[in-house]
Amino acid sequence: MTGHDDCEKCEELLQGFLDRELTETEVALAESHLDGCSYCRRRYRFEESLRRYVKLSAIERMPPGLMERLAELRGLEA
Amino acid sequence: MSEPETATEAKEIAAEARDRVRFEEEALALADQVYRVARRLVGSREEAEDLVQETYARAFRSWRSYTPGTNLRAWLLRILTNLNIDRGRRVQRSPDMQPLEEGDYYLANKVAEAQGEQALEEERSVERLSQDSIVSALSELPHDFRDVVVLVDIGEFSYADAAQILDVPIGTVMSRLHRGRRRLKTALAEGAAA
Repeated sequence: MTGHDDCEKCEELLQGFLDRELTETEVALAESHLDGCSYCRRRYRFEESLRRYVKLSAIERMPPGLMERLAELRGLEA
Repeated sequence: MSEPETATEAKEIAAEARDRVRFEEEALALADQVYRVARRLVGSREEAEDLVQETYARAFRSWRSYTPGTNLRAWLLRILTNLNIDRGRRVQRSPDMQPLEEGDYYLANKVAEAQGEQALEEERSVERLSQDSIVSALSELPHDFRDVVVLVDIGEFSYADAAQILDVPIGTVMSRLHRGRRRLKTALAEGAAA
């Protein structure tokens, strides 16, 4: 069983881990903690699926015609 | 003007024209990604369209200040977020500006308690959320938080790029991201429980 302190550390590392912003050492630390802590593993999966879902949900295609209007702006002078 | 000078000048003009066209093409190729971020930063599709057009107008006018080889998408988004601030669009859409402290954590914990471990355990609990609920939860985030969540989660920018775009320290990006996502989860959990 992993101690409370480790979970706090993991909480701190989780965000950077999910965002791929950790150093190699920190990644190893987070991974070894995740291996041994099912609570953090569940949280990790939850957070990961939430991020994926936010991204998919929020994606909206450009309205028709916008690309053409942007292309018409080419050549503008300062 | 002597012949060789004219020739040199003509070459320079041609080279600049080529650089410019390349810049414009690269910038236009990023338009869908720029729009995607804009759409989540402002309230409506019309505003997002306006903002993207203003961004490209400014970008094409000031293309010389872009350093080739650097992150063009970040450069464009920096113009966009600055225009968004200038236009005061963010002000209309800030439900509250209070800093989030204990109260926020209290609420998030309450929701976690009410929903039980189940909410954390079930990946599917996320998938049960509707697309609309995510979009509206995102739009209701205070703007400081929304900006970083949109840039990192939807724009897929690194913390460093987001910090540069928003002109804030990287630590601020990290804490706003953390708080913004926490708020998002709370709002989604409330919506799901309702």
